[in-house]
Amino acid sequence: MSNTISIRKGLNIRLVGEATKEIKEVPVSGTVGVSPIDFHGLTPKMVVKEGETVLVGDVLFFDKKKEQIKFVSPVSGKVKEIVRGEKRRIMNVLIEADGKQDAKKFTVKNVNDYSAEEMKSLLLESGFWSSMKQRPLDIVADPENKAKGLYVSSFDSAPLAPDYEFVLNDEMEAVQKGFDALSIIMDGKVHLSSKPSSSFTKIKGVTHHSFDGLHPAGNIGTQIHHIDPINKGEFVWSINIQEVAAIGKFLASGCVDASRKIALTGSEVESPAYLNVTRGTVMGSLVKDFVTGENVRYISGNVLTGDRKGLTEYLGHHHNQISVIPEGDEYKFFLTSGWLGHGFDKFSNSRLFPTFLLPKSKKFRLDTNTNGEERAFVVSGELERVFPFDILPVQLTKAAITNDIDGMENLGIYEVAPEDFALCEYVCTTKINIQEKIRQGLDLIASECM
Amino acid sequence: MEPHFIKGGKYEKWNPLFETLATFAFTPKLVTTKGTHIRDGVDLKRTMFTVVIALIPCLIFGIYNTGHWEMAVAEGNRDIPYFAEMGAKFLMGLTIVLPVVVVSYGVGLTIEFIFGMLRGHSLHEGFLVSGMLIPLTMPADVPLWMVGLATAFAVIIGKEIFGGTGMNVVNIALTARAFLFFAYPTSMSGDKVWMSGLGEKMNTNAADLDGFSGATALGDLASFMSDKATVAGEAVQSNMAVQNFSNEYGAWESFMGMIPGSIGETSTMACLIGGLLLVITGVGSLRIILSFFAGGFIMGLLLNAIGGNPYLDLPAFYHLIIGGFAFGAVFMATDPVTASQTATGKIIYGFFGGFLAIMIRVLNPAYPEGVFLAILFMNVMAPIIDHYIIQANINRRLKRLKTA
Repeated sequence: MSNTISIRKGLNIRLVGEATKEIKEVPVSGTVGVSPIDFHGLTPKMVVKEGETVLVGDVLFFDKKKEQIKFVSPVSGKVKEIVRGEKRRIMNVLIEADGKQDAKKFTVKNVNDYSAEEMKSLLLESGFWSSMKQRPLDIVADPENKAKGLYVSSFDSAPLAPDYEFVLNDEMEAVQKGFDALSIIMDGKVHLSSKPSSSFTKIKGVTHHSFDGLHPAGNIGTQIHHIDPINKGEFVWSINIQEVAAIGKFLASGCVDASRKIALTGSEVESPAYLNVTRGTVMGSLVKDFVTGENVRYISGNVLTGDRKGLTEYLGHHHNQISVIPEGDEYKFFLTSGWLGHGFDKFSNSRLFPTFLLPKSKKFRLDTNTNGEERAFVVSGELERVFPFDILPVQLTKAAITNDIDGMENLGIYEVAPEDFALCEYVCTTKINIQEKIRQGLDLIASECM
Repeated sequence: MEPHFIKGGKYEKWNPLFETLATFAFTPKLVTTKGTHIRDGVDLKRTMFTVVIALIPCLIFGIYNTGHWEMAVAEGNRDIPYFAEMGAKFLMGLTIVLPVVVVSYGVGLTIEFIFGMLRGHSLHEGFLVSGMLIPLTMPADVPLWMVGLATAFAVIIGKEIFGGTGMNVVNIALTARAFLFFAYPTSMSGDKVWMSGLGEKMNTNAADLDGFSGATALGDLASFMSDKATVAGEAVQSNMAVQNFSNEYGAWESFMGMIPGSIGETSTMACLIGGLLLVITGVGSLRIILSFFAGGFIMGLLLNAIGGNPYLDLPAFYHLIIGGFAFGAVFMATDPVTASQTATGKIIYGFFGGFLAIMIRVLNPAYPEGVFLAILFMNVMAPIIDHYIIQANINRRLKRLKTA
């Protein structure tokens, strides 16, 4: 076991509404949605038509540019609608679930009997590959690339994030099996980063790393940077630990199981807990028994990187968490709760607010107000305090904003994903949407340099 | 009320003004749209306002100090007790300083509003600080029209043509100071401008004021060197001058700021109180402040080692407590827009700022004070310092690629 890497540059945003360690079952019902939008840069090509019947694991659409990458149905039922947006872009594939969860049967054999190619095509065919992400660019991994490593984080350090040790407590065998399968397809190493003394350190056949400290210690980007940073021309892959477990289960049974345990969290949730749900379930059915307040924001994912969803929209593919926080769309008088207020109600990384004087146990109920208007970069040294990379965050962001390709390449765009900048965006006085700027920079790099 | 001011409303053109006032009174109801759903409480208004608060000790002390020296001039006695008739002195000071502050804010904010309306955005907060810094760098006797002219020059040429708050290359307040220094040198230096009323009195009533010097400590240092010590022999000359100087300006008086000088600069104590607030809140960079003092002190020591005239022999610590050194270190050099932005860069920037300030002060006879010139020079150099820091980061990455 290697030495523990402690992340000191970062920030744990202490929010109210952590999930208690109990799991509530949410049966599959109604309509579920599979959205190509969840996979950045994907151009889908439909396989099914409206009205067709599908089983769990049946292919719904595939990637037009990389036809091997398939996207499958999480439920059995009937394709209800293919929702299209501007320029007929496919926004969502809606499936009316029949509740039976009949699954397509894949033929599986003993994990060790697979060759790398066989395993890869099995994962592609069964839709698991769609959860595999690639850096640079933070998109679905291209199976034709040679990756120098596969990175998995066994913990999530984001605000109110689910505790995978609890979630996967009785699925350790499946996790081990999943890792066995993934090792087969990898030429490079499989890296598993855990907290010190985590039960995931018992997993065999992987290279273990130990991380602790402040968020983003659990982010894959932080871990890659401290283990073996990405250089231009290299590729690394990463996948969520729950997906590894799901791959393990799939290889045991031959059936795709799209159920995931997610944490329902946030200050507006009455009794935050874990839910056992199916991917793509409509948000309303997940939160209806737990949220009574109006004027709240439903977020699929965590408060830093998640997507805003309406009650009739669907749980995002990559998300293992729902956060519900109050909307902040009201004026705040400057002396009471506005910009010149006492500030005990605000959580700030800046010592302009008394947050740093308060005990670490104090938790906050934060709303979506931006707490100020957008401005130019004035304050310096602010982003660097929450950015544990040997990368200059302001300079890289500015290069992204100005479409400076050379600048971005030199300053390390290949190593980062928008989520790495989430904390920067949170603390920044300018209120600029930094994650969006980085994503635009990555898109430019994708079209010009890859 | 709002509907009148939004696009298409009756007073659409006045929207920037409305928005400025509305967002001052109420944090707007803007919510996050993309990216993180929550945001830190901090914003530029609070940041800038904190600097204004940090300037208050300097302002209050400056008002009192101005009043004190005005009274000294009125009575024709440089040695009247410092802590007497405080109320009267404060009021006298207020009548001089307040108009300067009003003119600075009035002219600056008007110009900012005009640019805001042309560009269709509300007032950006940068001038809240500049508007306070400008009066504090002025001599007490400065004519108000000069303050207005300098402010206008600084805001338009120093800032707005570059795009406004956050875009300027050099410090706004120092631009105003430099403008006056070079355009109207007689009103900005010499020994008549630092005490209100002195110049006038000297002209009309010179006999009464025989032997009354209105110079600053730095101005006096120059004159001690040239005449007061000439009676002594060559060998003891410079020592005597330093002796005379420190009799006139005790370390404690200088540190507290009970000496003539620009309105807000004299009290190192007040600057350090403000500096403490800036460092605690994280608004001012401790790196810059400390390295600025270190640079000045080391230059002072170097000059002591050479020695030979009172300037060179003045104990190094004295340099840090007279003139505008502390004020520059705490409030001017730390301006985040014009300083270096990288952590290492800040140390280099601050060090050379202080180093050059003392170098100019001592080695250039034409400029009794070098702090503002040194900081302006380092403002211009800051991007170059940052360039090398950034290049070092890039090279680390390239090296990794080659060894990989």
